[in-house]
Amino acid sequence: MSCELAQTTIHGYFDGELDAVRSAEFERHLERCAECQSALAGIESLHTRIQQNNVYEQVSPELRDRIRKQIKQAAGRTSATLESSRRKWFLAPTFGALAAAAAVITIMFFVVQPRTQSARITAELIDAHVRSLQPGHLMDVQSTDQHTVKPWFDGKLDFIPPVSDYSEQGFPLVGGRLDVVDGHNTAALVYSRRNHFINLFVWLYREKEFNSDNSGSRQGYNWVSWQSGDMRFCLISDAAASDLRELKDLIHP
Amino acid sequence: MLEPEDRIRFEQLVLPHLDSAANLARWMLRNRADSEDVVQEATLRAFRFFGRFHGGDARAWLLQIVRNTCYTWLGKNRPAELMTEFDEEVHQLPAANPETLASQADERQRLTLALESLPPRFREVLVLRELEGCSYKEIGEITGIPIGTVMSTLSRARERLRQTLTVVAAKEAF
Repeated sequence: MSCELAQTTIHGYFDGELDAVRSAEFERHLERCAECQSALAGIESLHTRIQQNNVYEQVSPELRDRIRKQIKQAAGRTSATLESSRRKWFLAPTFGALAAAAAVITIMFFVVQPRTQSARITAELIDAHVRSLQPGHLMDVQSTDQHTVKPWFDGKLDFIPPVSDYSEQGFPLVGGRLDVVDGHNTAALVYSRRNHFINLFVWLYREKEFNSDNSGSRQGYNWVSWQSGDMRFCLISDAAASDLRELKDLIHP
Repeated sequence: MLEPEDRIRFEQLVLPHLDSAANLARWMLRNRADSEDVVQEATLRAFRFFGRFHGGDARAWLLQIVRNTCYTWLGKNRPAELMTEFDEEVHQLPAANPETLASQADERQRLTLALESLPPRFREVLVLRELEGCSYKEIGEITGIPIGTVMSTLSRARERLRQTLTVVAAKEAF
């Protein structure tokens, strides 16, 4: 293997992803390069083989029905809450004004806020937090001992998350588990605060433009997120925002 | 907050892509029953987040959610499959047992096993490109792979698939 194009550009050419100029350039090269000619034949025959064998998996009619029903149910629930809030508006105009203001803020939050990568990741983290609260999902290693939790992550991640217990300060460590956030393997440490659980997600994150500190609340959950070295940290809980900031200051004073 | 019209819009824009969702999940999880659960969960998540869909490519948007749900599911239920990715460069030889592959007389079954033996990162780009016909831009959007890297990932994935299939053919020749 000597022709570099046979390993890269040729795929863009085959897939119709090159612009006209690059495509014409490659065709001129192809005329002279035996390696690219045979590589192209190989890519074509692989493509034909995949197409002819019909390995595409379609959704079953049963699953399609099940999903439709589920969406109808979910939609029914949201429109029911909408109805009841409309009735309250009618009965209490001042409350209505307040609620309208809140609605405007909500709309601004969703419309005005750009769909940044960090917003998407935050949404994913909140999902992961909610999922973790379902029975049996919270912890894969259950221990109040940081020396048990920390080695548990060994070999499961390509980085080492800092694990400490803050029982004395009112945030006992209760366990940890693995999660996946934005396609990255993520450590999730679980702390408790009175009767709330707090998830601390830690993952490798090297993109500079999103690494500023931020915090907020959504769907009733508070979150605080920050960067330390190569690692991104995010605390999520229904505990008070001030509790989360307190815990953050313990982790990274 | 989703309005009743949103459900109709969701049914018109997103649900037509359920086949794509099922196909991607089936190949990511290599198992139909598990993939059906994940497709169902992912579609419901998509519906809840539909307020954040501001037009554009509905298929890519749904597939992105399906893919993330697949990885979350794998991380939860079969973390070992995600770990093997780090050894990708170390294990140059196909992971599937060639004898198992060779014993499959059926060509379709052979291709299926070869695809399933690839690491998930290779499998997903092949499925999106070869089966779903996605553009590089869409593949980048769905998988989060930088657009400049899609071509080289695809190149390595095709090479691995070709090797795996060649090993099988060589075995059969004997």
